Amino acid sequence: MRKLTTPFIAVSALMLLGAPWLINAAPYESTMGLVQKVFYFHFPSAILFLTSSILCGVHSFRFLFRKNQQADAWALASAELGLLFGAVTLVTGPLWARKAWGVWWVWDARLTMSLVLWMMFAAYLLLRKYGGPGSDRLGAGMALFGMANVPFIYVSVNVWRTLHPMTTVVPRLPTDMGIPLWYCFTAFTMLFIALLSLRANLEHQRLRVESLYLAEDEG
Amino acid sequence: MRQIRILTLLAAIVAVPTAGHAAQPQPPKEFVPVDTIPADEQIPAINLVAAAYGFVWVAMLGYVWSLARRLKTVESELHELESRRP
Repeated sequence: MRKLTTPFIAVSALMLLGAPWLINAAPYESTMGLVQKVFYFHFPSAILFLTSSILCGVHSFRFLFRKNQQADAWALASAELGLLFGAVTLVTGPLWARKAWGVWWVWDARLTMSLVLWMMFAAYLLLRKYGGPGSDRLGAGMALFGMANVPFIYVSVNVWRTLHPMTTVVPRLPTDMGIPLWYCFTAFTMLFIALLSLRANLEHQRLRVESLYLAEDEG
Repeated sequence: MRQIRILTLLAAIVAVPTAGHAAQPQPPKEFVPVDTIPADEQIPAINLVAAAYGFVWVAMLGYVWSLARRLKTVESELHELESRRP
């Protein structure tokens, strides 16, 4: 997998460089106009933000209940990417909302729960960095709660009153809006896979360094 | 004579802002709400789209740089430790 990370990063960077031309060619949305084009970055980053939470939760489960140390490294990598893609989602969303809704932020279920999930990632990473011994198990428990939040975030726009577009928007996209969306989604996903692999590799190397220091001390 | 000049100057200093004040618009007596933001108050959409696209690049490049730096540090540490082993 590591051999694929550099080509994945290069291809996704080239795709993201070309994205403005494709997005520019996409038609304007009838009520929101030009600002709706933020959607082409906002949607892929939001989906990967939620994916990070699921990955972090699944790997944390493997670490907690199957004692798999490698899974903890993948959970940590997923949490860091969740923080990154969550930040992109939570910054691009208000930039879109300011024009479309006339306000930067509303405290509806979707936005509030997304912010809470992002803060959970931040808390998880702070705990892992400064929590000391046992913080890996505490963090894993926290990641399970974070993962439980994901289905509620996804369905919130269909269940509770909000200004946020519903989940039916994406399957019903016309082709000339769908092409730039899935193009950006592919670029973001490739970047996500490459960064996740690199970050997990960094954690595996760190574990190896720690074990070598321990072996030196015992020797 | 000098006192008259000073008094004339002081009168002019006081009179100029007063005259300017008379030309100012009346202060609002009440706030009147409107449903739509006036056109000259609106943020152009292109600025918001460009800011979103710019933020994506800054965040991603920043993270790639941070990751590369951390990987380099750990790999050199690992190399040093492995070379010290008997």
